Amino acid sequence: MKAETPKKKKVVKTIRIDVDKCNGCRACEMACSTFHARPRYASNNPARSRVRVLFDPLRDLYVPVYAGDYAPAECCGRDRYTIEGKQYDECGFCRASCPSRDLFKEPDSKLPLKCDMCQDDPQLQEPMCVQWCITDALTYEEREEEVEEEPAPAQELEVGLEALADRFGMDQLLEAVTRMSAAKKP
Amino acid sequence: MRYAETGFQLEVDLSRGNIERVETDPRLTELHLGGLGTNARILWERMPPENDPLSPESVLIFSAGLLGGTPATGANRTIVSAVSPQTRLMAYSMMGGFFAPELKYAGYDKIVFRGRAPELVYLLIHNDRIEIRDARHLAGKGAIETAESIKSELKDPNLQVAAIGLAGENRVYFASIEHARSSASRGGLGAVMGSKNLKAIAVRGTRDLPVARPAEFMELCREVLRYIQWRRDNPVKGVPAILAGIGSPQEMAIHDEEWHTTNFAWGNARHRRKDFWTRENEERWRRSQEQAIERLISCYNCPLKCGAIVRFPALGISKYMMKCYSKLTYVMGAMVDDLDFGFRIAGRAQEYGVDAYTTPQVMAFAMELLEAGILTPADVEGMPENHEEKFFWLLDRIARREGIGEVLADGVYWAARRIGRGAEAFDHNTIKKHEQIPIKLGMLNPIYFIMYATGEKINITQIEGQMPQMPFETREEREEFVRDWIQVPHERFKEYFLNWEPRGERAFPHYPPPEVTCELVEWQEMMHYLDDALGICAGLSSFPIKPPYHIHNLPPLVSAATGIDYDEETLWRAANRNRTLVRAVNNRLGLRRRDEKPPEDHWKKRFPELEARLLETYYRYKGWNAEGVPTRETLERLELGDVAEELIRRKVLREEAPAAVEA
Repeated sequence: MKAETPKKKKVVKTIRIDVDKCNGCRACEMACSTFHARPRYASNNPARSRVRVLFDPLRDLYVPVYAGDYAPAECCGRDRYTIEGKQYDECGFCRASCPSRDLFKEPDSKLPLKCDMCQDDPQLQEPMCVQWCITDALTYEEREEEVEEEPAPAQELEVGLEALADRFGMDQLLEAVTRMSAAKKP
Repeated sequence: MRYAETGFQLEVDLSRGNIERVETDPRLTELHLGGLGTNARILWERMPPENDPLSPESVLIFSAGLLGGTPATGANRTIVSAVSPQTRLMAYSMMGGFFAPELKYAGYDKIVFRGRAPELVYLLIHNDRIEIRDARHLAGKGAIETAESIKSELKDPNLQVAAIGLAGENRVYFASIEHARSSASRGGLGAVMGSKNLKAIAVRGTRDLPVARPAEFMELCREVLRYIQWRRDNPVKGVPAILAGIGSPQEMAIHDEEWHTTNFAWGNARHRRKDFWTRENEERWRRSQEQAIERLISCYNCPLKCGAIVRFPALGISKYMMKCYSKLTYVMGAMVDDLDFGFRIAGRAQEYGVDAYTTPQVMAFAMELLEAGILTPADVEGMPENHEEKFFWLLDRIARREGIGEVLADGVYWAARRIGRGAEAFDHNTIKKHEQIPIKLGMLNPIYFIMYATGEKINITQIEGQMPQMPFETREEREEFVRDWIQVPHERFKEYFLNWEPRGERAFPHYPPPEVTCELVEWQEMMHYLDDALGICAGLSSFPIKPPYHIHNLPPLVSAATGIDYDEETLWRAANRNRTLVRAVNNRLGLRRRDEKPPEDHWKKRFPELEARLLETYYRYKGWNAEGVPTRETLERLELGDVAEELIRRKVLREEAPAAVEA
């Protein structure tokens, strides 16, 4: 008998995006930013949203895009797609929080934002953006998949620190942390 | 800490190039909410009647509403206020879209302009960075073209732009301010903007907008959204399709225009065409609409798709955004049976930035003067032979104020008087110098009589709502209708509706009796005044039947958002205070009872004595004197004592004025 590689069940969460149904109202941005406000719902600000509708009505482009991983550098090439006669910039589909654009960054600190599917306690039935999209451009589904064990993903703190290190350099970051911790000591 | 509002407004003096960020008085929010209410306060304080509306001394205000930019669905309206060059009264106009929320996110509730820039400029706002920028390269450009140019030259597609076209630059009295799929069209605000040499405002904001009691507020917003969803799937029974839903009339989604085309008047508000909606015309119009409309679109944070992207490559029209009734106004004004014409001409009109209600009527009026020989071929030299082309030609002349367009650009009322030679008789559809919706009916409707006569917006489409326009045929249908009518302010309103019959004693014109008519009018009015102060779209509130927002859920919503506690009584009072203040602004500008007249031919069957009684009853109900001016007691009761003082000082109100008219 062969030994099996360790597997675990993983829930794959999918937001289905039907761009043909998008009416460009940006309720998803409002809902996302207010859900992630602290305290919850205390404010809203689409610039902090982890979903943005990239839209250009006169060219009939409506693409809700979710914030994905942080990318320290921008891409070498920027390709263009033509789909059914409409031109899309490649960045229009990209989830990265990257230096090439003002998207998916905290407006004050410029720290990267990432969609967490509203994984909160208690768990929402559906992410907030989906709940507020009653035109059904955004719908939600879950399915179970068996996957191999993988290392735990980087935590929020580390992603943030990494971004700061990229922006200011590790030395400067360490210096600042040392200075701050010294200042906090009684 | 201020909640829902930012507590700051921008004061821009375009003559001196001075910009200030000014903290506003929270007491004014408590009294007037925001939006229209606080705009009226500013106009009252800074716009005495001596100031010409198109002079540098005039004030022009762009305002978000109190709930604008919060999660409340449809709280996206921009309320633009100034004194109208056309009516010489307060211009009461608003637009949807994305502008007001963006202004809030930038950190401001309002922008107040005064002065006149030495050259054409635009204002750029990006949070704290505010610049008056050269716009000479945008002179003569279309309104949408201007917005696109600014976004591309600043490389920021997220800017929200409000702009005027050529008509505004040329101070056409019915020039609009255009933004995305929306426009502030009525009253010539585009001309006021043009007179300030202000081509556009571009705004971008990335700041948080806080609310006072977050969890409570969000739950209330969620209830509203749930109701919208339910109401969308459950249209009201017993009314025409176009009135059964919520939002603006769904004219972009629905091609069935039987109601408008057969009930409204064509030409210069002249011809009823009861047999227009034939199978053949319906089929043709359906094809036109399907071909023209690319996608249905919305304003900020609203699931209702009242607007559309229009494209017409076969006709060589570039894309534009359309909403609501402008699809029909040009077609019906020009008496053209082809809907393609409507889509073609509306695109050009939008780039010029003109009001889609007034413009077709002005052109139809000119055509009647030509037929009557009051205008001669010499007056319209160069006008093409082709019927449709004539209207494009007239539109061009008006936007450029060229030739006959120079006169027509002042609107029907003023043009008729400038032309003379009997032209005044063709001005048969204006109230207070403003073109009305082209509708001519049979029997006097007491509710509409009062709204037409006294409405401060001076156009009915923005006053009506809530009540079905016609009684239902049977008692059973009426009972069915009132069953889930949660929006009524009081149970007795259901009785008023149940007792209202199409024929007999309890029918128009003597039912509803004057006192009940006043209650019904006030209800409809107050909902509009609430929307316009809160920045909520009328399409979700005051305009349709059985809307998601009403007097029972607004007080907790406003309280949770702002932290200022309102109940139904105090919120109603705030709306009434705003209504009274706007009235006082207009009284000071000269408005009196003599002006409160619907067009002579609006109804065939008129009842002068009843009409006088209706008007007097309404004045008394509102606490106004026989001239339609709020009395000192009324003003003091509404904490507008200083307004009373000024009206007395200016002799608009007499010190010892008799109280309201005696019954």
